[in-house]
Amino acid sequence: MNVEVTPLPGIGTRQDFVSKSGRRIGVITYRDGHFDLIVAKREDPDSCIASIPLSVEESATLANLLGAPSLVAQLEEQNRDVAGVTTRQLPLAPNSPYDGRTLGDTALRTRTAVSVVAVVRGGTVHPSPRPDFRLAGSDMLVTVGTAEGLSKAVEVLETG
Amino acid sequence: MHHTAISLIELGAVFFGLGVLGRLAWKIGISPIPLYLVGGLAFGAGGLIPLEGIEPFTEIAGEIGVVLLLLLLGLEYSAAELVTGLRRSWLAGILDIVLNTLPGVAVALMLGWGPVGALAMAGVTYISSSGIIAKVLGDLGRLGNRETPVVLSILVFEDLAMAIYLPILTALLAGATLLGGLTAVGVALIAITVVLVIALRFGRFVSMVVDSPEPEVFLLRVLGAALLVAGIASQLQVSAAVGAFLLGIAISGSTAENATKLLEPLRDLFAAMFFVVFGLNTDPREIPPVLGFAVALAVITTLTKVATGWFAARHQGIGRMGRARAGAALVARGEFSIVIAGLAVGTGAVDPQLAPLATAYVLLMAILGPIAARVVEPVAMAVQRRVRPATA
Repeated sequence: MNVEVTPLPGIGTRQDFVSKSGRRIGVITYRDGHFDLIVAKREDPDSCIASIPLSVEESATLANLLGAPSLVAQLEEQNRDVAGVTTRQLPLAPNSPYDGRTLGDTALRTRTAVSVVAVVRGGTVHPSPRPDFRLAGSDMLVTVGTAEGLSKAVEVLETG
Repeated sequence: MHHTAISLIELGAVFFGLGVLGRLAWKIGISPIPLYLVGGLAFGAGGLIPLEGIEPFTEIAGEIGVVLLLLLLGLEYSAAELVTGLRRSWLAGILDIVLNTLPGVAVALMLGWGPVGALAMAGVTYISSSGIIAKVLGDLGRLGNRETPVVLSILVFEDLAMAIYLPILTALLAGATLLGGLTAVGVALIAITVVLVIALRFGRFVSMVVDSPEPEVFLLRVLGAALLVAGIASQLQVSAAVGAFLLGIAISGSTAENATKLLEPLRDLFAAMFFVVFGLNTDPREIPPVLGFAVALAVITTLTKVATGWFAARHQGIGRMGRARAGAALVARGEFSIVIAGLAVGTGAVDPQLAPLATAYVLLMAILGPIAARVVEPVAMAVQRRVRPATA
């Protein structure tokens, strides 16, 4: 992916790229640390149809929404040569029996042979969580396993 | 009434009046600079209400305003940005100089103001207002546009040009000979090179001298350093403004950012005083005789700036609409044109008519600039529509 980094003297930096559909999208990082999300116009790619100011918290949330699938895709790519292994992201519902309990309590590895390789929470990725990692509702578990194991894992997370 | 009481009442009235004008300006989407000038014209000699007794304060406040305007201009761009800007946009920068100084020179020579007057007018019509332009680009949501870095790098180039131009102008205004002028050029070039090298290599040491975690200590140190450097520079005939500007470039990194945040309100206050003082010293009755020239200059230099922006943007592979936007964005002139005019008129070495001409010109350009940036898209589209059927 070719991200273009352009300095804006006196203001900050602009980082953008052109999507496959031909739209230029990117971010302006101001010197004081806040961001603008920019989307170029379709008929005039030099100019922007929107430039949306985002606080640090808002950009973290947006990164979370976009970042989890990308982590899965990355792992998928790495495991492509291993036949029968799939990567999936499993959400932990807020009313799940494991909301507030540790990862070790789920015993996913022993029961389903599925590995939790990362937990995405509030915009940040917690890689390789240990068994004492405390889960919370709305966490996104990035998991690797066989198709059969993964569907069993979904069940375990839902019903205990 | 007691003398102090009258002064306080007059000053209070001036500040309050400026506040009302400033609010009005942002409301209708233009820069407050022209309104400050009008405010000064109204109060001064030949105006509606002549003010008396506060001149000693307003004079020095105006001087501090110039120092702060230039200090913050120097703080705005880091030395690295200046060097990259110079490398990337020198061709457009030179075109900018040629196209936008010539109209000023021509008018000055037509009016018989001689070479020094011509040099001063060259600066007045050349330098765009980075303050107005940055504000307008932000307001219109154009910071993410592809042509915006082109516009900004031209502004960076103009800043560097100012650092060479101001010492030369100061030397010639002081009545230096050709040799003296050349010496000033040499001194200015050496000073800028030294400052850029210091800022790039040892910027943190300069920053260390002024930096402090306590805001008030920091404020006093930065302001003190700026006035000291400006005063010494002025004593050495290099112009106070240039001293402050070079100090601003030398201060770098987070120190520069914090200094900008602290000094911005102070600059706005003193710069407003500077514009008022300039207006005060200009007799509004002298404007009508030069108004024709001001309007002609406004029309011509609007076109030349648009041409500059168009060329620079095309050079970077920007589409037609983007080129038009880049050109229109550069049209605004403001604070620095008045700084140059103030410098020239203050020494008495140029024709006093330069003040009313510069005032009228900046009044027009500071209002016209933001309007041009706003209407350029619909206008360009209308032109395109009219041209297309004809060519099809």
